[in-house]
Amino acid sequence: MISPPRLDAVPKVTGKARYAVDVRRRGMLYSALVRSERAHAMLGIIDTSRALRLEGVVAVVTGDDLSPLFPRYGHIIPDHPILALGKVRYMGEPVALVLAEDRYAASDGAELVEVSYQDLPAVMDPEQALAEGAPLLHAQDYGVGDRSFEEAHSEPRSDNVCHRVELSWGNVDQALARADLIVETCTDYPMLYGYAMEPYNALADFEDGYLKVITTAQHPFMVRDDLARVFSLPLSHVRVTSPYVGGGYGTKSYTKVEPLAAVGAWYTGRAVKVEFDATGAMLTTRADSARVTIRSGFDSGGRLLARDVSLTLDTGAYADNGPLVLSKASNRSFGPYRNQNVRVRGRAVYTNTVPSSSYRGFGAPQVSLASELNMDQAAQQLGIDPAQLRRRNLIPPGERHYPGKRPMDADLAADLDLLLEGLGWEAPCQEGQGIGFGVTASDAGAYPVSTAAVKILPDGSVLVSTGSSEMGQGSRTALALIASRELGVPLEQVAIAQSDTHATPYERTSGASRTTTLTGLAIQRACAELLSRLEMAAAEVKGGPLTEIKAAEGMVVGPWGDVSFGEVVRGWFGGNLGELAATGVVRRVGELQELPPFWEIGVSGVKVSIDPDTGQVSLLRLVTVADVGHAIHPEMLKGQDVGAATQGLGAAFFEELVYDGPQLVNPNLVEYRVPRAKDMPPEIVTIVAERGDGVGPYGAKGGGEGTLNPIGGAAAAAVGRAVGRWPDRLPLTPERVWRMLRGEEN
Amino acid sequence: MIGADVVEIAPVINDREVFLSVPVRMTLAEMLRDRLDLFGVKLSCEMQVCGVCTVLVDGQPVSSCTYLAADADGRRVSTIEGLAEGEQLHPLQQAFVDHFALQCGFCTPGFIMMAKHLLDRSPDPTRDEVVEYLDGNLCRCTGYAPIVDAVLDAAGRLRAEP
Repeated sequence: MISPPRLDAVPKVTGKARYAVDVRRRGMLYSALVRSERAHAMLGIIDTSRALRLEGVVAVVTGDDLSPLFPRYGHIIPDHPILALGKVRYMGEPVALVLAEDRYAASDGAELVEVSYQDLPAVMDPEQALAEGAPLLHAQDYGVGDRSFEEAHSEPRSDNVCHRVELSWGNVDQALARADLIVETCTDYPMLYGYAMEPYNALADFEDGYLKVITTAQHPFMVRDDLARVFSLPLSHVRVTSPYVGGGYGTKSYTKVEPLAAVGAWYTGRAVKVEFDATGAMLTTRADSARVTIRSGFDSGGRLLARDVSLTLDTGAYADNGPLVLSKASNRSFGPYRNQNVRVRGRAVYTNTVPSSSYRGFGAPQVSLASELNMDQAAQQLGIDPAQLRRRNLIPPGERHYPGKRPMDADLAADLDLLLEGLGWEAPCQEGQGIGFGVTASDAGAYPVSTAAVKILPDGSVLVSTGSSEMGQGSRTALALIASRELGVPLEQVAIAQSDTHATPYERTSGASRTTTLTGLAIQRACAELLSRLEMAAAEVKGGPLTEIKAAEGMVVGPWGDVSFGEVVRGWFGGNLGELAATGVVRRVGELQELPPFWEIGVSGVKVSIDPDTGQVSLLRLVTVADVGHAIHPEMLKGQDVGAATQGLGAAFFEELVYDGPQLVNPNLVEYRVPRAKDMPPEIVTIVAERGDGVGPYGAKGGGEGTLNPIGGAAAAAVGRAVGRWPDRLPLTPERVWRMLRGEEN
Repeated sequence: MIGADVVEIAPVINDREVFLSVPVRMTLAEMLRDRLDLFGVKLSCEMQVCGVCTVLVDGQPVSSCTYLAADADGRRVSTIEGLAEGEQLHPLQQAFVDHFALQCGFCTPGFIMMAKHLLDRSPDPTRDEVVEYLDGNLCRCTGYAPIVDAVLDAAGRLRAEP
């Protein structure tokens, strides 16, 4: 297909695109947070008197003020206090919310709030958290969906494990015992910050009996559910709207600052704006770091016999999406390989650090580093070309590699061949250079629930309505394109409304690479229903049997000739009135019964060059393969692929959140370095493989995370081949590479 | 803050002189956003690293997150809102559209203003010069390559203009 301009491009290049952070209300209050200065402590007295005396300060809200409410949130485990309740669990946790007439009074007021603490021993990493006798972060079991704060105290917890996964089939021990070769790989994936450039912010107001929140959220319907529980409101009485989202990448999945703004509005009766800078955002959420150990058994011919995986995620102080990240990490840890014997044991562990949540590909980048390096190490030990070793084991199309899950809906071996050609794998590398690559398959798409509405207006123009957010991935354009194609109405005549829980249909989430596939299907179904309504309306207006009337390509054709969609609408309602509407629904039935809705394929690689004197790694080439079934908009797809891979390169070479004792020492964009223009390789090759093998519109399936998933392993392998030693952690900073070159431990 | 020191200033914003009374601690970005509704000016790192708040002051790029509004008195400030002529996009804007040089768009105004400064000084830059010049603007979505392509394309379009 051709790639028309993005529908959001002109607003974004002229500065007219409105993001949540740009939305104001007359008379709204500004806010500033008082954050915990301790990693783990009981809260003593919070003295707000000096702050309240400051001119312009209207109120200071603390956890004690929240007793009439359900004071916590969390879509899986509601363990996250809106403001600390008696105890703080990480340095930077919100303790008090200062509300003032302007931003300066708010920040000055926050400086004047005095908090006393009684320190508790802190656990700063999973090893400390899992040690015998370690202090517990959470002494209570919060239950799931529990509405009562008091009752939630009922069951005590005995350890700091937030979530556990045990997964197995076959007999791993037996298979390892008869293996010709066992290869063990242990890797550390760094603690990351997703850095969406629009930091977390929300505007909340109680108006007409409704709680109205405008926020930079990917999943407004999930935020609505959390807010309704906090205030005991019917879901119908919470309106969450997401305008253009200034970057998401999973970091804006689920509830973040919306409850803070909402309790501020509830407490003062006025509109309240909560805005963070990047440092505030870095103290709000991050991505899980991971230690992953993989033991694989092979026969002498390179056939994978068994994989035994153990993985530990550092989930931080609150669960957020941690349990699901662990579950996905587990599902993604044994690779896209035919394997009769698999065992995965995973733990997500509470620590006194910033809570972690989703970040693009979640779970997959963490485990693929170990999983794919393990294949490279095995290939080396077996004396088999690493591409050949993968070809021998890759799951073929239509075969099931994970019991109970959808069979493989991709041709991985063909994708790998495209990648290797792009990388120039067969040509020898110069001294100090290396090539690395990887193949991953993620259970993506999330749970398949989407609804969408499409309307034909009396002038024949089309309005698409969806709860899916535009966060840069291009859903606005891709979804409008699908409606345009289905109805045969020019794209210029299609408008799209997005992400307003009062005005747009239910959408589970905008994540897991699901939008084009699942929301796209919902729109496709709505269009089919709409066409049949147009036929019925035309039959009524113009006469003739339904069997001889066909709506397609922008016209309704019948025995009486062609009429436009607009004429049918006007004829049916009279005058210039009315509209015809239809809803499309996606549920877990039929072709979507089997999960995942699709396997998201990640096939990418890099070529690097290393400066032996400094350890500096230069990227020479990046190659990505998009195995997406069908590219609805090829240019946006390529943009997603390079962007995702670039974030992977950030983790591979630059990015790492660093704790020194209780304190996160680099919560800023100076010391947390993300990829810059000069870091990018001079050669970027984006390959699109279209085989129509997805369940989505025209055989499409999701993309946008895939190319990131294998990048860490690919980068490590490339550096490993250039240096002659395999790395066991990321990022591969110049110092680490320099030490590797000198033969020192990482 | 209320009742704190304020100064009277008269900057020229996108070719229009404005008279404002601003707190001495107000940043230029806050003034442009909070007082003048110029929301194309974005804020992110708020420490001169990310480039999303880049505007031109007397033709020079500055990080408006850390430039005081008071210091803009009597100076010419250009923001993304002043670039297009009516419905007619500036060649840089059109090139960003054509090259899909944006995704979420949050960094886009900063990149375009920085690129404008480059092309004002150097109408025919090499690819390396563009990359060097834009190294102080962060983008998390695109991987930069389409942005560099757009700037080079815009340079060509501007040179071809009469």
